[in-house]
Amino acid sequence: MSATTLVLVLLILSVIAYRFGRTRSIAVVGGRRGQRDLHSLPTYYGLLTALWCGLPALLVVGLWTAAQDSVITRLVLAEMPPAVQTLPEDEVSLILNDVRNVVAGNMQLSQVSADAQRAATAYLRLEHTSRMALAVVALAAAMLGGVFVWRRIAPQLRARNSVEKIFEWLLLGCSTIAIFTTIGILLSVLFESILFFGHVPVWDFIFGLEWSPQTAIRADQVGSSGAFGAVPLFAGTLLISAIAMAVAVPIGLFSAIYLAEYAHRKFRATAKPLLEILAGIPTVVYGFFAALTVGPLLRSAGESMGLDVASESALAAGLVMGVMIIPFVSSLSDDMITAVPQSMRDGSYALGGTPSETIRRVVLPAALPGIVGGVLLAISRAIGETMIVVMAAGLSANLTANPLAAVTTVTVQIVTLLVGDQEFDSPKTLAAFALGLVLFLVTLGLNIIALHVVRKYREQYE
Amino acid sequence: MSEAIPGAGARLPESLRDHRKAAEAVARSLKSRYRAETRFRLYGLGAVSLGLVFLAILFVTIIGQGWSVFRQSYVHLEIFYDPEVLDTDGTRSPESLAQGDYNALVKAALRKLFPDVEGRPDLRQLYGLVSSSAGFDLQKRIADGPSKLGTSETLWLLASDELDLYYKGRIERSESEESRPLSDQQLAWADRLRSKGGAELRFNRVFFTSGDSREPELAGVWGAVAGSFFTLLVTLVLSFPIGVAAAIYLEEFARRNRWTDLIEVNINNLAAVPSIVFGLLGLAVFINFFGLPRSAPVVGGLVLTLMTLPTIIIASRAALKAVPPSIREAALGMGASQIQMVAHHVLPLAMPGMLTGTIIGMARALGESAPLLMIGMVAFIVDVPKSLLDPATVLPVQVFIWADVPERAFVERTSGAIIVLLAFLILMNGLAVILRNRFERRW
Repeated sequence: MSATTLVLVLLILSVIAYRFGRTRSIAVVGGRRGQRDLHSLPTYYGLLTALWCGLPALLVVGLWTAAQDSVITRLVLAEMPPAVQTLPEDEVSLILNDVRNVVAGNMQLSQVSADAQRAATAYLRLEHTSRMALAVVALAAAMLGGVFVWRRIAPQLRARNSVEKIFEWLLLGCSTIAIFTTIGILLSVLFESILFFGHVPVWDFIFGLEWSPQTAIRADQVGSSGAFGAVPLFAGTLLISAIAMAVAVPIGLFSAIYLAEYAHRKFRATAKPLLEILAGIPTVVYGFFAALTVGPLLRSAGESMGLDVASESALAAGLVMGVMIIPFVSSLSDDMITAVPQSMRDGSYALGGTPSETIRRVVLPAALPGIVGGVLLAISRAIGETMIVVMAAGLSANLTANPLAAVTTVTVQIVTLLVGDQEFDSPKTLAAFALGLVLFLVTLGLNIIALHVVRKYREQYE
Repeated sequence: MSEAIPGAGARLPESLRDHRKAAEAVARSLKSRYRAETRFRLYGLGAVSLGLVFLAILFVTIIGQGWSVFRQSYVHLEIFYDPEVLDTDGTRSPESLAQGDYNALVKAALRKLFPDVEGRPDLRQLYGLVSSSAGFDLQKRIADGPSKLGTSETLWLLASDELDLYYKGRIERSESEESRPLSDQQLAWADRLRSKGGAELRFNRVFFTSGDSREPELAGVWGAVAGSFFTLLVTLVLSFPIGVAAAIYLEEFARRNRWTDLIEVNINNLAAVPSIVFGLLGLAVFINFFGLPRSAPVVGGLVLTLMTLPTIIIASRAALKAVPPSIREAALGMGASQIQMVAHHVLPLAMPGMLTGTIIGMARALGESAPLLMIGMVAFIVDVPKSLLDPATVLPVQVFIWADVPERAFVERTSGAIIVLLAFLILMNGLAVILRNRFERRW
């Protein structure tokens, strides 16, 4: 029985359990007229029976399926002849790969080596047994759970309270997924990064000035230094982000000021959503635009002025990224500006200040912490932005501050290192996770500071 | 606060004794202050217009490059189903017919149309005007009706991508011969063909019904649309219930303590974590640890679920907050339990807001590509995916793949795919706006 069928069967069983529980609750008080003797409505007795029938069994199925593969692999390995078991690790993993392919139906049994054939047959046999066992255990759990509650149904059973308790726990469980996601991110990048730092020392990674991740496949190969100094990547990321912020902050801030303080209500009602469309456009579209339109445009403009502009210049990627970030800056600043109490503006007007003087001397200083928070969030966005730089910025790790040259960024390198075929023990792939760790920590820091600042600021005027 | 008035502030203290002098000083500075005011105002207006101009340029460029993808050039050819070419052993069995050289029919028809073309190199150029897929089309027609063998039929066959570009005006005669994909000779044939009515632009069905291809004229977005659909289906099915449940817990049940603060900080922070990091998580956890298949919509959906959850939770909490406390008090006063109060009264009132937030989250997920690159949804996939486990790609990733192809005809396809993507996004956001305007209540 496949896992999907099993889940379906369990769901059907739960529905049946619901009917049984409901009927019994009515039966124990002698029909519909005795319903007022029940502690809860009959529905709750049905629900309780169904939950007890379905939940434990589904939990069993989930855990079992998650653990199945690794347990069976271990059993298969233990069954193999000692000659195979003493093979070096990578050869064993090759055999296991063949086995997986056979099991998944990608390869015929006859296509693989004798060892793999034996292992694959064993795997299939164990998998079959495991599936049967799972079906038996899950169905037994469902039956037991259902019958357990069904037998306990009595007028005094506080079914509603129990059902609500279960629901409350389910709600709590859903809300903790955010925490598990953070832990998952941290563990997955941390684990691989530690492996990476086993190959490359941490200091060489953080302070190294040369980045060329092409490692040699054979030891005697030339032309592949395998240098993992990430400074050029950090510099490139900062350069592009700085260009982006140089575009986004003035335009975004001035738009916010105009829309919040000057614009007519009707103008604001059309212009604000239109500007926010910029934030809704997928980043690949910006990337395509940067690579195909802005890049060549800058190049020919540079040529006409006698400047040497790389076709994948940092400027093109930064400019387009800046346009993308305008709405982030403008809508956050807008929020902050409108949160400044009107009394402060009125005070300035009463002293004879013009609107622009009021904005510059009163409103902006008051809104500054919030605006800074918004800008920090925008910076974190710029640092983590991927598609624009993958499509419009280069791959060569130049350590330069020249915006007309090609630079590469952390995200570009993560994508180039991980797209395509990969083996999980080479420093080349692991480097991507180390870069991911840096990216995560930096943006985490920026976000926490920014969110804290924004929250503090909001509380100040509320 | 006297410093709030520039120009006057510095001079005011000395002249305070003389009111008239002070008034004059203020009046003198007024002109420049009003000028500064106008300037400042113009900066603001300029910034807003600049943003809108960027938006307009973006749309105009993309649509200008992509609108022509809706039409495709076809060549009108009279095909003679020559039994000697197709049915070499004379049995007319399906196996024998499948062996036939169908491209030869197309070539023969082209030779008939241009009898003056001779010599191998010239003929090869001539054959290059029709798509290499034309043979497959003919083969399918014969397989469906073997009785056509020995007869003639005039058909519209797909033109090659270069000819298509020329007819759409994307290859100029003024370009030098080396830099354009068609030679002078081919251009002359193309003009002759068109003036004879042997070629025309028709609706591009291929683009909307087929998957990816190496040949621009055969590449379509349907595979990517199906992949996006399956991926978003998984995302929606998981993220909506979980997001709503989490929001209900945090808003209605949780007591404020360290634990809920931690959850809240986490949610707010996850909303701002770069999307590519979620891709790393998906690669390490779903693919390497749980062994789920690469390139599958299921994995993409899981990754996007984790990514959109914060958005949905934040929007749902806002919707729950907007329900007035009087509703809750009334329900509790009538003897409802807390769960009943939420399920029967608060949730239905908050639902439109939650749905709006969910649609906006889905729209973001639809446009997301970086995390999907990490989990292998960037492969070249010709087949249209039929299930959650088939290898697939999604619309934005298809855009990314095509944007990388150097062939000129793919620029048009890429822009076309972007137009399709933007159309879906506009549709979803429009739906969210309608939902908000029609159902959201203000108390």
